[in-house]
Amino acid sequence: MRAIGLILAGGNNHRMRELSTKRAIAAMPVAGSYRSIDFSLSNMSNSHVQKVAVLTQYNSRSLNEHLSSSKWWDFGRKQGGLYIFTPTVTADNNFWYRGTADCIYQNLDWLKQSHEPYVVIASGDGIYKMDYNKVLEYHIEKKADITVICKEMPEDTDFSRFGVVKADENGRLIDMEEKPMATDSRLVSCGIYIIRRRQLIELIEKCAEEDRYDFVRDILIRYKNIKKIFTYKMESYWNSIASVDAYYQTNMDFLKPEVRKHFLKEYPDIYSKVLDLPPAKYNAGSNVKNSLVASGCIINGAVENSVLFKKVFVGNNCVIKNSIILNDVYLGDNTYIENCIVESRDTIRANSRYVGEDSVKVVIEKNERYIM
Amino acid sequence: MIKKEMIAMLLAGGQGSRLGVLTAKVAKPAVAFGGKYRIIDFPLSNCINSGIDTVGVLTQYQPLRLNTHIGIGMPWDLDRNNGGVTILSPYEKSIGSDWYSGTANAIYQNIDYIDTYNPDYVLILSGDHIYKMDYEVMLDYHKENNAAVTIACMPVPWEEASRFGVVITDENGQINEFEEKPEKPRSNLASMGIYIFTWKVLREALIKMRDVPGCDFGKHILPECLGNGERLFAYEYNGYWKDVGTLGSYWEANMELIDIIPEFNLYEEFWKIYTKSDAVPPLYVSEEGFIERSLVCGNSSIEGTVLNSVLGAGVTVGKGAVVRDSIIMKNTVIGEGCTIDKAIIAEEVEIGANCVLGEGEAIPNKVNPKVYSFGLVTIGENSVIPPGVRIGLNTAISGITKAEDYPDGVLASGETLIKAGERA
Repeated sequence: MRAIGLILAGGNNHRMRELSTKRAIAAMPVAGSYRSIDFSLSNMSNSHVQKVAVLTQYNSRSLNEHLSSSKWWDFGRKQGGLYIFTPTVTADNNFWYRGTADCIYQNLDWLKQSHEPYVVIASGDGIYKMDYNKVLEYHIEKKADITVICKEMPEDTDFSRFGVVKADENGRLIDMEEKPMATDSRLVSCGIYIIRRRQLIELIEKCAEEDRYDFVRDILIRYKNIKKIFTYKMESYWNSIASVDAYYQTNMDFLKPEVRKHFLKEYPDIYSKVLDLPPAKYNAGSNVKNSLVASGCIINGAVENSVLFKKVFVGNNCVIKNSIILNDVYLGDNTYIENCIVESRDTIRANSRYVGEDSVKVVIEKNERYIM
Repeated sequence: MIKKEMIAMLLAGGQGSRLGVLTAKVAKPAVAFGGKYRIIDFPLSNCINSGIDTVGVLTQYQPLRLNTHIGIGMPWDLDRNNGGVTILSPYEKSIGSDWYSGTANAIYQNIDYIDTYNPDYVLILSGDHIYKMDYEVMLDYHKENNAAVTIACMPVPWEEASRFGVVITDENGQINEFEEKPEKPRSNLASMGIYIFTWKVLREALIKMRDVPGCDFGKHILPECLGNGERLFAYEYNGYWKDVGTLGSYWEANMELIDIIPEFNLYEEFWKIYTKSDAVPPLYVSEEGFIERSLVCGNSSIEGTVLNSVLGAGVTVGKGAVVRDSIIMKNTVIGEGCTIDKAIIAEEVEIGANCVLGEGEAIPNKVNPKVYSFGLVTIGENSVIPPGVRIGLNTAISGITKAEDYPDGVLASGETLIKAGERA
């Protein structure tokens, strides 16, 4: 592949509520066995993008831990590799990343020193499977300056958390609004772009000269009439997990056979850090229906329409319904949980009852962790 | 010059013929165990957990699966610049190109490999036991005693002692005598086939005994060392240790993992067992699925009932199927409406809909009663079973079978069905 990759995984988001207090969004666990960034990283690797930088800032420790080795995604090669860039203080800069364009600017040397003609920019919170080579072909064929990957969303989507795009019949972007309150377009930007490397350097440098820091507002929207910006419609599954509801919905989507088939059975695979956990164990009294269970779990109770992440312990007589239990949670006996997301590495006391009434409830008890 | 205090030599070349069709195409150390593991993962993980980062794996019988599993040793952190894991297969020499004719002969043929690391001690392991053991503690014991050889031993029930090689020691643990499968055992300390040798002593013995046909540690090298007046010590081990050499003990050891708090616990944070992961995704249980008292690996999808069983990665259990007391290895498909009792089903097997496995009386197997007993149904890898057939106890099946292979749709108890080109 003639491109290098940039994954923008820096941000926090108040829509994630309590869930983002201990980790970057890109490090959110997804679908039982993965973390959000695994999807973009695996797409890069499977598209033969061999040199990838992850730009991260907020609560980056969780992400660093997950990316402790590049070998899981096959980036541990002599050519290319995986780079993790957090803000650093230099002779001429002592700022944090002030925006998506600024974080690229602060790492412009890396872009300048590369020789690949194109750059794939992706975000760490998208859940999708994609061959970027197909988009690059489209990008070249359209002679585009920038290609924005878009997804047509259903009517009932909360469009106020997306960049909403309008395109003409050729696919050229004619209008874009960032997080509009009301819109008549259902096409949203996935935050994945393809751009020529020299073009990107030029635009980013110009941005920095004018003290502008945001890629969408200050490049895509500002240049939409001057530069040829094209949209590429993604047909397969895509969702962004950057709100509690979307996070819950995305995980629940994995209970659908077609979504599981797309991500978990069809070639190529999504990779993740391997944790060497034993198989899930079902003891007497366990009753699991329509659920995903990751390795290392021990189950003694009833689980229905739920996603259990790694190393969850479900005590005797527990009932878990329509919920997401994040990794390393110990659920004491007789616990009842419905419509909740239980935060990771927690111990829920026996006989607890948590029910998310009208919306999904985030459960955090912050008890000392019970280790088996 | 590279210098390693101790390196390990792992004997993984054996066929394990008592596992029948399970080892028709793979060496015994590469047979799956406990869902996601293979037997060799246990000694390999013990090595890295004990701080041994140089391991030579001696292969001979059907090494393909073993080679792909071990690769460069990444799952065990044995991908090293110095040392790491090395696969040692028999090789051609200018004179006397031989297969490995015995356990000690295999080591003899790889003296050059060991010499490269210039070790003080060499640990000899076999690739067919399930246990967790800190070899470093054993080495401390070896050094403390100023021993030439230390043999890991475990006390076995007196009535079973005659099945093992036992050692007779004085009160300090020094070995005075060996008895190989004695009729009237004088000791119940059985050798576990784990030895630490002072390399100088072993090297001399190997060279001296090089012309002994089928040179073996138990039969030749140890008695030779004892005869020379070397100091041999027994290191007593009292943890969980299981030889999974027969289908019965293999089945039993898997079933023991299901116990509520198993004697051999894989869920401890300490002393992890590493393996090459077959699947990252979680497993899915459908609306109709039901699992109790079982281990199930990732990427499986369960639409039937699974009771008291151990299932590998990517296994599919169809709607209405019932799996009981069975071991099912990775990527096997169990058709809808099947009933499976006490079966060992190897990797990538396809079982058609509405089959019944494990019914009827326990008639001894007609071809190989010693191997196919314990009332088990054993099915080799890549086999296909047509829909609707009924299969009895103490049976073995291997290869792509068709409906006409089953008269009246039945394979009676005690029968063996091996398709052309397959090995019994």
